[in-house]
Amino acid sequence: MSEPLLEVRNLSVRFPIWGGVFRHKVAEVCAVDDLSFTLYKGETLGLVGESGCGKTTVAKAICNILRETAPGVHLEGEIIFHTQKEAVDLLSLNRTRMKPFREQLQIIFQDPFSSLNPRMTVQEIVERPLKVHSAKTPNQRRERVFRLLERVGLQPEYAMRYPHEFSGGQRQRIGIARALAVNPTLVVADEPVSALDVSVQSQVINLLLDLQDDFGLTYLFVAHDLSVVYHISDRIAVMYLGSMVEIGGAETVYHQPAHPYSRALLSAVPRPDPTAKRTERIRLKGEIPSPLNKPCGCSFHPRCAIVQNECMVNIPSLEEKETGQLAACPFT
Amino acid sequence: MANVELSNPLTEAPRSPILSVRDLEVTFRIDDGLAKAVDGVSFDLYPGEVLGVVGESGSGKTVAALSIMRLIPDPPGNISAGQILFDGQDLLHVTYEQMRDVRGTQIAMIFQEPMTALNPVFTIGMQVMETVLTHEPVRRREAFDRAVEMLERVGIPDARKRMNDFPHQFSGGMRQRVMIALALVCHPKILIADEPTTALDVTTQAQILELMLELERKQTGASIILITHDLAVVAETCQRVVVMYGGMVQEVGTAEQVFHDPRHPYTKGLLASLPSTSGKKEERLYTIPGNVPSIMEMPAGCKFCTRCSEVIDRCRTEKPRLYDLGDGHFVRCHLLEDDAK
Repeated sequence: MSEPLLEVRNLSVRFPIWGGVFRHKVAEVCAVDDLSFTLYKGETLGLVGESGCGKTTVAKAICNILRETAPGVHLEGEIIFHTQKEAVDLLSLNRTRMKPFREQLQIIFQDPFSSLNPRMTVQEIVERPLKVHSAKTPNQRRERVFRLLERVGLQPEYAMRYPHEFSGGQRQRIGIARALAVNPTLVVADEPVSALDVSVQSQVINLLLDLQDDFGLTYLFVAHDLSVVYHISDRIAVMYLGSMVEIGGAETVYHQPAHPYSRALLSAVPRPDPTAKRTERIRLKGEIPSPLNKPCGCSFHPRCAIVQNECMVNIPSLEEKETGQLAACPFT
Repeated sequence: MANVELSNPLTEAPRSPILSVRDLEVTFRIDDGLAKAVDGVSFDLYPGEVLGVVGESGSGKTVAALSIMRLIPDPPGNISAGQILFDGQDLLHVTYEQMRDVRGTQIAMIFQEPMTALNPVFTIGMQVMETVLTHEPVRRREAFDRAVEMLERVGIPDARKRMNDFPHQFSGGMRQRVMIALALVCHPKILIADEPTTALDVTTQAQILELMLELERKQTGASIILITHDLAVVAETCQRVVVMYGGMVQEVGTAEQVFHDPRHPYTKGLLASLPSTSGKKEERLYTIPGNVPSIMEMPAGCKFCTRCSEVIDRCRTEKPRLYDLGDGHFVRCHLLEDDAK
């Protein structure tokens, strides 16, 4: 395997819950709990899980924007980013020292309607990261914006238009152009195609794959649509209630999942074939518990089909399975 | 043209449809003029079947469903032509009071976002009871029991206690269960579900779809119109499928016909652009070029001609009719004229 680009080590994220008359902290919710994984150069890691499992929090933590968006958040652990010269723990950096790394780490958001400023033209939107991070002259910047728009499949003449004049797919292309403006090495894509129609979704997926080849990008691809994640990812990581329950090669995790939660999640995915003989669907009992009130032991045990007594006591750790992936369940 | 569609053999099938939509046209008055959101849509719904209506955003599938319930805001909307035949009467010509009776007791609807469809200031119990009290001559006590029973049937644990809870105290999946209870409490003959699982996670989606099908089969016997953009959901749940694009029906057939032998270039493109989940991964996905044109820029001929890979000159000028390929399979494409019966 190629060299690591980003290592997440024992990351925990806790958000405060404010309450009472004087808005003091009444509780903490642990959105991400002792999470570790490595992103290798040039690969795509798909991060899946149900809503509330902490996948977006992980994406934001990696870009180190949690402190800005959620005051009072408590971060533990390390996020080691490997540049050509050194390895730096992003979480230990303050705003100023973080700035040079923001060029390397860009994010594409889920909702192409709220992630573009409606008062800025496309030119201004895509130019913005260049203004902040590069020393280019206005002419050079304009030239770069035109080339970026062309690259993502938009006509350069569109540069003077405003976001509301574009369809969802086109807006997502603008978001992608903005992320690529500063030549990042790692792109965090947080549900980039979930808001798009089926026919447009495949266009954007193809674009992301092409750009990865052209620019040698590494993707962290966060999504809940498992068939899309399977298509685009080299490796897949499955999260449940803030913890990693399984991580491994895309083929293995998708076709031979080891953790009972991954199995249930995959068996719930509908397949576009009316006559396909579906293997017995694993029914998940109940709903995902609130992260405020996590079950003891293995947090999946109240819904697990193969639960044992010791699941209620011991917190399982990731271990390697025969099929090659790591899964946090000792009984498979 | 209208007559051609009227004489489709679906109406000659052994069963007679419970609901027939005929040449429905819905227009919206907007700044630039009149926008035709639904342009001559016809389909039938048979007793006890699950009919899937698929299409991308802007294809007119939700507007068509809202027209069946006569819930199109007028103005700016207007059902300008067509018939909706239900139970021997045209729903477009009944009085407001009669329509009120039809909604809820005969035809019920589930909406996509259960948080906005439920009233946040009333308890769940009140809202389910209200439906019963409005439509049936029962006492409050009885309505209460009916509501509890219905909530239990849709799988809400501890239903009697939860009657006093407000919508925000329920999770997304539980709210959608409440919506289903609300829709089915008066035993409607038709249930229209508009993207019922789009806002939910896959595991919850599977639970909700299973619940809907189970209630349909075992307990209420209602026919279901399932409106969705998710082809996989349709493949798993529906017997027949209507594919819509640009406010028109492009292909109708059984699920096997549409998924295994799609004949319209749009249906073919949609199915090909889904990421394959079995076998080897392909590098690139098939794409339908371009975007859905805005409703004011729809081409004059076939609505799909701007994006079609098999387009011929005739498509740009002449609207294709819905050709009958036999066995209830209909396709709106000029290329199939020779195959038509």
